[in-house]
Amino acid sequence: MKLLIKGGRIVDPASRIDGIFDILIEKGKIVDIKSNIGTQLAKSINASNLIVSPGFIDMHVHLREPGQEDKETIRTGSLAAAKGGFTSIACMPNTIPVNDNQGVTKFILSEAKKNTSVNVFPIAAITKDQKGEELTDMADLKNAGAVAFSDDGQPVYDSQTMRHTLEYSKLLNFLIIDHCEDKNLSRNGVMHEGYYSYLFGLKGIPSSSEDVIVARNIILAEKADARIHLAHLSTKLSVELIQNAKKKGIKVTTEVTPHHMFLNDSDLKTYDTNLKVNPPIRSNKDSKALIEAVKDGIIDVFVTDHAPHTPDEKTVEFNEAPFGINGLETAVSLILDRLVNKKIISLEKFIEMISLKPAHILGLENKGKICVGADADLTILDINKEIVVDVNKFESKSRNNPFHGWKLKGSPVMTIVGGKVVYPF
Amino acid sequence: MAFNHKHLLGIEHLSDFDIMTVLNTAESFLEISTREVKKVPILRGKTIINLYFEPSTRTRNSFELAAKRLSADITNFSKLNSSTVKGETLKDTVLNLEAMKADAIVVRHSCAGAPYFISTFCTSHIINAGDGAHEHPTQALLDAFTIRQEKKKIKGLKVIIVGDILHSRVARSNIFLLKKLGANIVLVAPPGLIPEELKRLGVNIDYNLDRALEGADVIMMLRIQMERQEKNFFPSIREYRNLFSLTEERFRRANKNAIIMHPGPINRGVEISADLADSVKSVILKQVENGVAVRMAVLYLLLGGKEREITD
Repeated sequence: MKLLIKGGRIVDPASRIDGIFDILIEKGKIVDIKSNIGTQLAKSINASNLIVSPGFIDMHVHLREPGQEDKETIRTGSLAAAKGGFTSIACMPNTIPVNDNQGVTKFILSEAKKNTSVNVFPIAAITKDQKGEELTDMADLKNAGAVAFSDDGQPVYDSQTMRHTLEYSKLLNFLIIDHCEDKNLSRNGVMHEGYYSYLFGLKGIPSSSEDVIVARNIILAEKADARIHLAHLSTKLSVELIQNAKKKGIKVTTEVTPHHMFLNDSDLKTYDTNLKVNPPIRSNKDSKALIEAVKDGIIDVFVTDHAPHTPDEKTVEFNEAPFGINGLETAVSLILDRLVNKKIISLEKFIEMISLKPAHILGLENKGKICVGADADLTILDINKEIVVDVNKFESKSRNNPFHGWKLKGSPVMTIVGGKVVYPF
Repeated sequence: MAFNHKHLLGIEHLSDFDIMTVLNTAESFLEISTREVKKVPILRGKTIINLYFEPSTRTRNSFELAAKRLSADITNFSKLNSSTVKGETLKDTVLNLEAMKADAIVVRHSCAGAPYFISTFCTSHIINAGDGAHEHPTQALLDAFTIRQEKKKIKGLKVIIVGDILHSRVARSNIFLLKKLGANIVLVAPPGLIPEELKRLGVNIDYNLDRALEGADVIMMLRIQMERQEKNFFPSIREYRNLFSLTEERFRRANKNAIIMHPGPINRGVEISADLADSVKSVILKQVENGVAVRMAVLYLLLGGKEREITD
């Protein structure tokens, strides 16, 4: 059965196309793009007044399975992704057990194949059990389907280990992702260190805990002439370090979350544990710098760092709550409302950062673009649709999202993966 | 006497009028503790839970005696003898205690924000008896009460607060309160223990105790938290004592009638010389005495005892 998307405004940063065209899909691929394709033999979807974009890709997600299925499963996380407009997600290896061997990678892929409608790409650990000591069998893991390597919340702490990792990554062009945090500087911290942490009496996580590891990673990447992707940037100085590195031609890429752009540390006055996240929500000065860095192209991609935790785990003293924000179902509306509809960035720029660039960084050749022969992964948006965030309507198993009750303009309305409509369900 | 708050979670959000209301109310309670029969029936039939997740000598007994002198029933909870050690969550613990029909819960907790958190799901009045490094409102109120008693005013006084400002809830509550009432505050400690950002609250910072003491009317010493020594905020107790201990000789730099305060517990011979702590310049035990009256006032204002019944 063919699928025809009629009359939508196609915005494709890869080809710089922005116009009203029809798209014909057959066997999971895009087979034709032009005006007024006939409707015979095809199921037709009316996309007039809507935006048709290459499918969104979230390269920083925690699916919790195997091991913590009370928080999320591969299935529920994927439903959340589909509803949030994502056609592909890359999941971090901090499962129990850690995704540090082919067995876990294959388990994730087979569960995804059985139970999900979006593409799930496992990210494997850099070191065994994320301990920062012995490297995993990276070529083996890549063969099994790992698209990248990261020790997730555990930065690769030993600089010599990171150096070897970056050197080895050149073997098969592995993508190395690092969470930049000096754990000595951040020890026992629960929020951004600054005026508000002193006011609220909470132990701070200084910006320097991120900055020193960002600087180290840039230095090591330059020395190894390897590429590195720095996760969830949160500070102004990190932005400056990366800007400088890019100018020098060092192969560094980076990402930012909606919560780091649209919230700041003064919001923690209610001790809402849904605002507890690592890296922490930082100062107004930092969030402004992140948005400027998006505009200036210093930051490459938008991610959610989707980190589900159960209500029970979050309904505790602030110090006791786990770090993490549940983000898959709010990210697109937040960015459309706060950046696109407010004309801070163009729609094309948004799509580039949430589809084309992550596809490129992860090496997903047939994704992130709308052209004949590309995978038929599409996200359809209504940039005028007004929504109110309601965590109780989440597809995710968890509810830990601080944007509950926010009124936002702009929303994904349909998600198509491999030529099949996966949302609305 | 209007005090339109359901809870006492901190000083930050009180008005100067609220503060004066508590202080003036406490004034009228002071005498009760000097009677032969130290009891009035104002809060008869009210139930108060004294909920302590951290050790306490002064605050806990002060609240207990305050409640008893107002004829309320009070029960004491301490973490070590509770189901918290079996893994019961704070929320479940509080809901269970509240199910026994409490009217007020006085809470001391090592986590900043814990009393606020409790207030989000409880129907009782919540009183913060110290939460992490955040606030200790009744301590600041009894400190202000004592300063006013000794100095007859607060506005325009030079108050220096010396010691571990970074980790001190007493310092925060006192900064909020004394600024609202017009005092000039100087914070004194080694640099790592005074965040520069606190200047935004309108206080001055000095790393030199001798200089800060010049012209001081009130010297508030804080305990140096020995357990944090390993973290290298300063090199050694010896060096700290040399630079920041209040000695007789240093004290002479302050104003003639300056008073010495300390929220306790004291490390004798560390932040303050034993002789000074016991001297007539020290109002440390006055603070403790006044604490009972101030806490009686807080319980009375929140639990809505009938006005002027205290003449009994």
